[in-house]
Amino acid sequence: MFLYILKKLGVVLPTFFGVTLVAFMFIRILPGDPVLLMAGERGMSEERHAELMTKFGFDKPVILQYGSYLVKLVTEGDFGTSIVTRKPVFDEFMTLFPATVELSLCAMIIAIFFGLPAGMIAATRRGSVFDHSVMTSALVGYSMPIFWWGLLLIIFFSGILGWTPVSGRISFLYYFEPVTGFMLIDSLLSGQEGAFASAVSHLILPAIVLGTIPLAVIARQTRSAMLEVLSEDYVRTARAKGLGPERVIGLHALRNAMIPVITVIGLQVGVLFAGAILTETIFSWPGIGKWMIDSISRRDYSAVQGGLLLIAAIIMIVNLVVDLLYGLINPQIRHTD
Amino acid sequence: MRKTKNLIAAFCGATLLLASMNAGAAPKTLVFCSEGSPEGFNPAFYTAGTTFDASSRQIFDKLAMFKRGTTEIGPGLAEKWDVSADGKEYTFHLRKGVKFHTTKNFTPTRDFNADDVIFTFMRQFDTEHPFHKVGNASYEYFNGMSMPDLLKEIVKVDDYTVKFVLNRPEAPFIANLGMDFASIFSAEYADNMMKAGTPDVVDFEPVGTGPFQLVAYQKDAVIRYKANPDYWAGKAPIDNLVFAITPDASVRYQKLKAGECHIMPYPNPADLQSMEKDSDINLLRKEGLNVGYLAYNTQLAPFDNPKVRKALNMAINKEAIIDAVFQGAGKVAKNPIPPTIWSYNHDTVDDAYNPAETKKVLAREGVKDLKMKIWAMPVQRPYNPNARRMAELLQNDFAFVGVEVEIVSYEWGEYLKRSKDVKRDGAVLLGWTGDNGDPDNFLAVLLGCDGVGGANRSQWCHQPFEDLIQKAKVVADPAERTKLYERAQAVFKAEAPWATIAHSMVFQPVRKEVVDFKIDPFGGNVFYGVDLK
Repeated sequence: MFLYILKKLGVVLPTFFGVTLVAFMFIRILPGDPVLLMAGERGMSEERHAELMTKFGFDKPVILQYGSYLVKLVTEGDFGTSIVTRKPVFDEFMTLFPATVELSLCAMIIAIFFGLPAGMIAATRRGSVFDHSVMTSALVGYSMPIFWWGLLLIIFFSGILGWTPVSGRISFLYYFEPVTGFMLIDSLLSGQEGAFASAVSHLILPAIVLGTIPLAVIARQTRSAMLEVLSEDYVRTARAKGLGPERVIGLHALRNAMIPVITVIGLQVGVLFAGAILTETIFSWPGIGKWMIDSISRRDYSAVQGGLLLIAAIIMIVNLVVDLLYGLINPQIRHTD
Repeated sequence: MRKTKNLIAAFCGATLLLASMNAGAAPKTLVFCSEGSPEGFNPAFYTAGTTFDASSRQIFDKLAMFKRGTTEIGPGLAEKWDVSADGKEYTFHLRKGVKFHTTKNFTPTRDFNADDVIFTFMRQFDTEHPFHKVGNASYEYFNGMSMPDLLKEIVKVDDYTVKFVLNRPEAPFIANLGMDFASIFSAEYADNMMKAGTPDVVDFEPVGTGPFQLVAYQKDAVIRYKANPDYWAGKAPIDNLVFAITPDASVRYQKLKAGECHIMPYPNPADLQSMEKDSDINLLRKEGLNVGYLAYNTQLAPFDNPKVRKALNMAINKEAIIDAVFQGAGKVAKNPIPPTIWSYNHDTVDDAYNPAETKKVLAREGVKDLKMKIWAMPVQRPYNPNARRMAELLQNDFAFVGVEVEIVSYEWGEYLKRSKDVKRDGAVLLGWTGDNGDPDNFLAVLLGCDGVGGANRSQWCHQPFEDLIQKAKVVADPAERTKLYERAQAVFKAEAPWATIAHSMVFQPVRKEVVDFKIDPFGGNVFYGVDLK
């Protein structure tokens, strides 16, 4: 197992440095000059422009900029300072990150809670009305543009029915200093009556919207994995031995079907971050997705490269954990991989 | 014993009465669904209106301030000022008894005085000032308004008198001091923070003299303010102000409808009709302080000929543009300044839409088979919500008079840079939103000879026009300045370096319970003076 972990780390570290390079170059390849964008229509003199380029270090060759960025990153853990807000990128990221995690976790819980059983039942009742309904809904869910879906839910549940708040993380009536950054926990810790309920009601719609695509993917993946496993010899043998369907499916089939499903769930973390950008914008959710979009449009180099790097690191860690879990579920993997 | 019982009863009664009185006077909280997060809380560092809404327009005051809802400048932290005969010395007499906010980091020991004015401006002006480089700051508006060239020195005459000495007379100077970058900071707070080794805190946890003080900011989520009880002009009618940051316009509208906020900026044009019908909402409107234009390159043939430019202007169907691009939320522009600015020339006659006349004039001037480029901005702006669409309509109009148009576009930063080029090929779609409500801020910046190769996108340097605007810069008498600017607009119209296209209409939906909210002509949101029913 130790060798297996080492092997996996051997892949992760070079990938991380590859990402630093891509993150650094990507934003610089985009046309647009952050200093000129700061001035807008007003513009600025050539001298002032040169002065600011020097001040932010953008006048040096890109490779030198990358070198000094990497040195600072590795030796001091310094992700740079935003040229717009003048605050350390890491601090900005960590302030907003819990909101994205909270939203993504809830979205994932919804996706797994509904996706797994839906896929399993669809597989066991292959060709039934339920199966067709699940697969059609999954296709629709997968194809729906997040922006449209979010607005539709807001108009229906918040606008017409008035069941949920339109956007935000909690009603402005409640105010407390963040402790963990997770609104559900902080609202409980605050002890203010109604704060937790308000936080939950604010979380429902964005979590559903963000969880829709992963739910569809998980349902489809679970169904196809189950179908494959159900046709295996050992399942037939188990049935022949007279085991009940709960034991056959719950014990023998599900565990084996879970291997590809877990991989898909791991991969969905990346999808969640991508979806969070749109979901956070629609629901005014103060997370890193919205922050990244703003930073890109302002060509805030430090914020974009730092943010990308941190997101990539998180996705890599999640995938590493998934790989390890994978090895844990299926011992064959760690011996042959 | 009986006495004691009576006393207890009286005490309970009084407590109940007080409690019920308190319940009756529940604090009034106004919620504004703002469109984005502020970049920070020091308005001198930034140029975005979103940042000014969150900082200078609530937390700070300036020496001279615009009367709410107008471009009229009046006293602020300076009660009055004198201007020397040569127009180069401005002496400000400061208001006494003005308190700075008390926060968890700072309890002021003195009132606002001349030291605060000196600190505010010297921080931006003097590159050796201990605070100049704090926060890795750059002072783009201070530089953009040419303050470093304009200011010679700032002198403290006494605790309540400050003198600004200029290198040249500049009539719009007072209007400049009403701008957001001129927000007055506390020198005492800055000293305290410098001594504590945390000078940055001055910019992140702002202390001003304004009607509201910052309570908390949760990035991208919410900004909370409370009314300044000691505000020199009287406490604000509302007790708390909340900015609920809501980037999407459709969601802002849903929040407004649901009563989750009272006021929202920048509605979707498509929602205006439904807002108008909504019985809970008042849809306020005002002409924006902006102009959208098409700037010819007047240095390249055949656009160096005013008759050709005028002829092309006659080929443009502006009404169709207002309908298609602004969806009705705009007004045809005939002058290079918006009608909300003083000295707007109402007598100007716009070039009538007359394609037949265009063809005749072009033929007379020997212009045949003309091919030109029109530059379309890649971004949405109040003065031009869809430049690509506008360019397509212009392409169609010009095709009708035999002029072939190629539409080009670049990334926004590149667009701004390349369009400045004196040898630029093509006419540029661009616009301007006023900074200080002074005509000089449009006419000199966008059409003056100094702007050629810079903000003057038509590369137009016309001496009769230049003489008028330069004279208007140094004349103190507003009536005389008005006449000069009116004449300058007439010269502009005759020479037609631009096709003036539109001024946008600003729409601002507010809930019916909001009292006395006024649309700010500068595009900002000012909540002092606003009340709730």
